[in-house]
Amino acid sequence: MAEPIIRVENLYKNYGAVEALRGVSFAVEEGEVFGLLGPNGAGKTTTVEILEGLRTPDRGVARVCGLDPERTGEQFKETIGAVLQSTALPDKLRVKEALDLFANFYRRRANTEQLLSRFQLEEKRNAFYSQLSGGQKQRLALAMALVNDPQVVFLDEPTAGLDPQVRREIYDIIEELKRGKKTVLITTHYIEEAERLCDRVAIVDQGRVIAMGTPRELKQRSAGKTRIEVRLARPVVNGTLGRLEGVSDSREFDGAYVLHSSSTPQTIVALVKQLEAEKNELQSLEMFSPSLEDVFIELTGRRLRE
Amino acid sequence: MLKNTWLLTMIRLRLALRNRAFFFFSLAMPLIFLFGFVVLVARNDRQWVPYILGSVMTMTVMGSFWGLSVQLVTFREQGILRRFRLAPVGAGPMLASSILSNYFLVLPVVAFELLVCRFAFHMHSLGNLWAMFALVTVGSATFASLGLIVASVTNTMQETQMINNLIWMGFIFLSGTTVPLAVFPGWMQRVSLFIPAQYLATGLQSAATKFATGYEMIEDVAALGIGLAVAFEVSRQLFRWEPEAKAPRRAKLWVLAALVPFLAFGTWETVTGKRLNHINRNFQMLTGRAMPGQAPPAR
Repeated sequence: MAEPIIRVENLYKNYGAVEALRGVSFAVEEGEVFGLLGPNGAGKTTTVEILEGLRTPDRGVARVCGLDPERTGEQFKETIGAVLQSTALPDKLRVKEALDLFANFYRRRANTEQLLSRFQLEEKRNAFYSQLSGGQKQRLALAMALVNDPQVVFLDEPTAGLDPQVRREIYDIIEELKRGKKTVLITTHYIEEAERLCDRVAIVDQGRVIAMGTPRELKQRSAGKTRIEVRLARPVVNGTLGRLEGVSDSREFDGAYVLHSSSTPQTIVALVKQLEAEKNELQSLEMFSPSLEDVFIELTGRRLRE
Repeated sequence: MLKNTWLLTMIRLRLALRNRAFFFFSLAMPLIFLFGFVVLVARNDRQWVPYILGSVMTMTVMGSFWGLSVQLVTFREQGILRRFRLAPVGAGPMLASSILSNYFLVLPVVAFELLVCRFAFHMHSLGNLWAMFALVTVGSATFASLGLIVASVTNTMQETQMINNLIWMGFIFLSGTTVPLAVFPGWMQRVSLFIPAQYLATGLQSAATKFATGYEMIEDVAALGIGLAVAFEVSRQLFRWEPEAKAPRRAKLWVLAALVPFLAFGTWETVTGKRLNHINRNFQMLTGRAMPGQAPPAR
């Protein structure tokens, strides 16, 4: 059996008393877009930075293209491209200069003119880094990750903090990488990002992979269940909503009650009756088909962005 | 490795030339000192101009120490170094390019100071140009390396500024750069023998005044050269890419290692006493009078 292009086995990493990774394992096949989905502090960035060679694991194995990121130095760096969680460049560096500089570090180079046009940065080619908007900086970071035409691309929260339009632009770029059969490892806490872009997803929480599979496989766990989110005028007695007909799971997040129901109409009728009986009032009710968020809630009892 | 060093050197040069602060601190400030010293201290006495030139050139060259440490800490704190770390670029080219680009920026400034002294202040000769060139070359690299060491052992910009200020004070006041060493009491003169800046200041003052032969200045170049080799290696060993990677305790031992050449030269000079004699003699030749407790010079 061929070696996966990324292999992570039993990775452990502590920062002082904080256990960032507690035995993370997964494998990524060539040409796959693999997502690490989890809340902040789950251990996604630590995992990616170990794979990029920026951090040393306390224990475990990390291999990219069969190479040990920690020991193979320049040979390893030639094979990867990466967007860090926050990329910074000198303020007075121009866009084209940055691309040319980084491209020239590598033996294998992409055409920087083509990268400028592909990432819609042609007009900004002579702009200083400090003059770019957040979206333009992120596009430049993505372009810089591709200057060596890498085999594997690591994207650490590439759309975090960007507005929806820029986020969609970045999705298009990642989808283009996917079509180009690049292996991409992406970390995110955006559900739609993982569902839209990833062939497979590992859900990470508190330094562990708690579920892994294609988005469809993972959502199968919640198959047939609808997520109902309600806001009420007054809080209800603990556990009341969990006993409603069809409800398999009920939790409260920031004043909203999230119910998972396998028989939605019956649950809603039962909910209305219960509220009438309690003289409570329904302020809002929303229904969602199952998503990776539901899988995460079921597995951890928390929301992704808590 | 050489290619990466060159690429980084060129980009650093461009970045520096786009920075207004560079022009102020590296060009305007030394010229202000030059005019200030010549007009206010020497009262336009041409005899003093070469000596002042040596001092101002020393300050220009020592400025490498400030500039590079601050730049490296800024790059590290902002996460810029991390982005470079992802590329096939090692610590060696990163550091060497800092030193080289700094040198390329210092050299024209020093040349300009020389020309100002020659043509604006009517300095009678350009001094020993070869010795100046050697001292400026080795000196800028040495002080740049010392700055890079400070950047590697400090964890924040605030810490860097504080330590830089302390060291800078020692450099400019105990080296003979601002106050001639010859006016210091004996014990302070002996302390100065252990300070790297003293070798640069004495060398450049001697080169500008032509009070020393090239052979006599070999010792200044050698002290700075050996200091450079050790300081560069120490800075390479201590180099940190990551903002959160704190300086380990062993770093302090490496810093001591960087001081060894100057401790050795200082001890040697204390034992022989030749350097202090030479410094005092030069100053007497300049002033035409003996320092307290010394015989008047034969001019």
